[in-house]
Amino acid sequence: MLGFLIRRVLMTIPVMLVVAIVVFLLLHLSPGDPAAIIAGDNATTEDIARIRTSLGLDKPLLTQFGLWIFALLQGDFGVSVFNKVSVWVLITQRMEPTIALALVTMSFAVLIAVPIGVLAAWKAGTWVDHVTMGIAVLAFSAPVFLIGYGLVYEFARTLRWLPVQGYTPYAQGFTGFWQHLVLPAITLGLVFAALLARMTRSTMLDVLNEDYIRTARAKGLAPAAVLVRHALKNAAVPIVTTIGLGIALLIGGVVVTESVFAIPGIGRLTIEAVTQRDYPVIQGVILIASCVYVLINLGIDVAYAFLDPRIRY
Amino acid sequence: MRTWLKPVLAAAVLGLSPARAAEQTLRVIAHADLKVLDTTANTTYITNRYGYLVYDNLFGLDSKLVPQPQMVERWTVSDDRLTWTFTLRPGQTFHDGAPVTGADCIASLKRWMARDAMGQILAARVASFESVSASTFKMVLTEPYALVLETFGRWGVPPFMMPEKVASQPMNEQVTSSIGSGPFIMKRDEWRPGSKVVFVRNPAYVPRQEPPDYMAGGKVAKLDRVEWHYITDANTALSALMTGEMDYYELPPLDFVALMKDNPDLVVRVIDKLGVQQFMRPNSLYPPFDNFKARQALLYLASQEEYNQATVGNPDLYMKFCGALFLCGSDNETDAGSVKAPDLAKAKALLAEAGYKGEKIVVLQPTDRAPYNAVTMVAVEKLRAIGVNVDLQPADWSTISIRRARKDPPDKGGWNIVVTGHGGPDAANPISNYWVGSNCEKANIGWACDPVLQDLIAGWAREPDRAKRRALIPALQERAFVSVPYAPTGQFFQPIAYRKTVTGVLEAGMPVYWNIEKK
Repeated sequence: MLGFLIRRVLMTIPVMLVVAIVVFLLLHLSPGDPAAIIAGDNATTEDIARIRTSLGLDKPLLTQFGLWIFALLQGDFGVSVFNKVSVWVLITQRMEPTIALALVTMSFAVLIAVPIGVLAAWKAGTWVDHVTMGIAVLAFSAPVFLIGYGLVYEFARTLRWLPVQGYTPYAQGFTGFWQHLVLPAITLGLVFAALLARMTRSTMLDVLNEDYIRTARAKGLAPAAVLVRHALKNAAVPIVTTIGLGIALLIGGVVVTESVFAIPGIGRLTIEAVTQRDYPVIQGVILIASCVYVLINLGIDVAYAFLDPRIRY
Repeated sequence: MRTWLKPVLAAAVLGLSPARAAEQTLRVIAHADLKVLDTTANTTYITNRYGYLVYDNLFGLDSKLVPQPQMVERWTVSDDRLTWTFTLRPGQTFHDGAPVTGADCIASLKRWMARDAMGQILAARVASFESVSASTFKMVLTEPYALVLETFGRWGVPPFMMPEKVASQPMNEQVTSSIGSGPFIMKRDEWRPGSKVVFVRNPAYVPRQEPPDYMAGGKVAKLDRVEWHYITDANTALSALMTGEMDYYELPPLDFVALMKDNPDLVVRVIDKLGVQQFMRPNSLYPPFDNFKARQALLYLASQEEYNQATVGNPDLYMKFCGALFLCGSDNETDAGSVKAPDLAKAKALLAEAGYKGEKIVVLQPTDRAPYNAVTMVAVEKLRAIGVNVDLQPADWSTISIRRARKDPPDKGGWNIVVTGHGGPDAANPISNYWVGSNCEKANIGWACDPVLQDLIAGWAREPDRAKRRALIPALQERAFVSVPYAPTGQFFQPIAYRKTVTGVLEAGMPVYWNIEKK
């Protein structure tokens, strides 16, 4: 296992290098220019040219890439071309809201989806199955922003139970922290929960038809024990895979959710950096996101070994 | 949901209520994210508004657009109008406690004049600056110039006074300091780029004694704290204003105006009486728009009401027709030479006279700027109706900003027509409105070229008497409608919205945060 872990961690290095090259080239070869945005709408051609020079954007592409990689190897992600704040500081400022939103969303989705999926499989073909899976299809099909607007309209604007937007750091009190996460987590979590519930149901259906389940029932075990101890544990590998893959879905959803709820997270940072062509920020965010994604996949692979004793690396 | 169930659920499940702002904190939905702190390197409105909070100016325009002293206590001009001496008001200090001196002002003016178009015109006439004493400085000109005070009191991209050490840093280095002498202090530790900017009242600020009037008069900071929140989603921003999470909405979408007016808790108001002027900018470097006739054709494509209907919709917020190049409502308003009604046949004939034979006309379409996009789409439809071979090239504003600065031929990455806009006092005179400048290769993008018009502009700027300057405008405008550096498509008004708990909002052409109180 240790050898496997070391090999996988080492494999992230070439992956990161490829990501770095692709991201750099894509950004610098695409149209648009931060100098024009810094200069503003009423800037002259000379203004833009002067700013390009001061940002080093007039240097050959290879030189710019070399300078960036050299700094990166020393742990320097650079500074935003706009506000001159360190990219690392910008990312760390935005990490807490995104991690908090992702964790709460994931917990909400798993806690809702797995029991519903198990129930639907257990009651397959009945009205319980049809209703729960119908709701799941609806939730999966609904755009994230539509769910968000609906929840805001009802729970923030009409009932005034929860705030419309924003984020309160955990350090400033649990109440505010929780208040600001409820609606975004439900918005983002519903889509993921729907996917997970459907996956859990189909996996559980396969397992429930296995001989050992029939044996367990024949032994006289209680239905709950059959479902949880025998069926769910054996269905866990595909479910965990879905949770892992769902992280990618979550990353996409975070961008929309953070925008709808004005949460100052990584998703909004990325969108703003892309629209403004803030190259160092985009490069930094994508590198870190790729690294996180690789590590999550590694974590899932490790989890397989614990869930299924037959899997060994 | 059942009525009884709501409070039960609220208490049992959540037990919460939305957080409320402190009484003296104004929570503002800013129109953009503050990205650049250098007010001399950046011409965006958000950076200028930041400048007005943090810095102070030598002069400020009053509601008649006449420059009035702000940081300056008194000034004198020599008989030959070459030597200008300015003495600062006593007691002015920077946020770090250092006194504001003449040397600070000289360094700040030099930095600004090196970059700003209006400043550069003055700079070309400056022989020297001299610091006479701690509070007095002198500027000597090489020739008399009528617009010295108008230049110092420029509205949109004004010269803000910074500490000498900041203003003196190399021009290719962006200013990242926020130390000014203005009525508010930026809380750098609370700045979250892309999300929130916080300002607190400057307790050391000594305002003028005169009542506030546009950008002139006393800038009395009555709020303890101003928070700019950058909320990208307009629906969320509106909801936050309606629920009281936010107090002030700088730039609500025009579609929301009717909805906001129906809300008894909100005030919807136009604080910019000059409004916004949108226009088509032809590229004068290449055919057919290197010919006056082709540029004139753009004036006959559609009525201003058609353009404004597409842009604004609500007739209360736009002018059916404004024939003034320098904005209706300004001191320089005149309809001399303007085209009052569309005439597609004439537009077609003018293009033919200009030698247009069906070549591709590259029109840049800014898809993420709704008002510009609306005007572009109307214009393109009309151009196609008269047989123009339009090559519509959609892109985001960032891409268009760099594309429109290129002098390449249209079929090699250049362009023929782009729509943009401007507004406020800067658009209201021939010097600060640099889209009308027609000095060919040196003109702003589009490179309008008309030596006759350029001479008229120079003559206007030489005239020291305000009334006589005004009398020169009709002839200047008539000429501008011959060479058409740009084709106006209409003037409209962008309201702001705020909660009724907010009072003292000034009409300064842009949101300013002095004089405001919150109940």
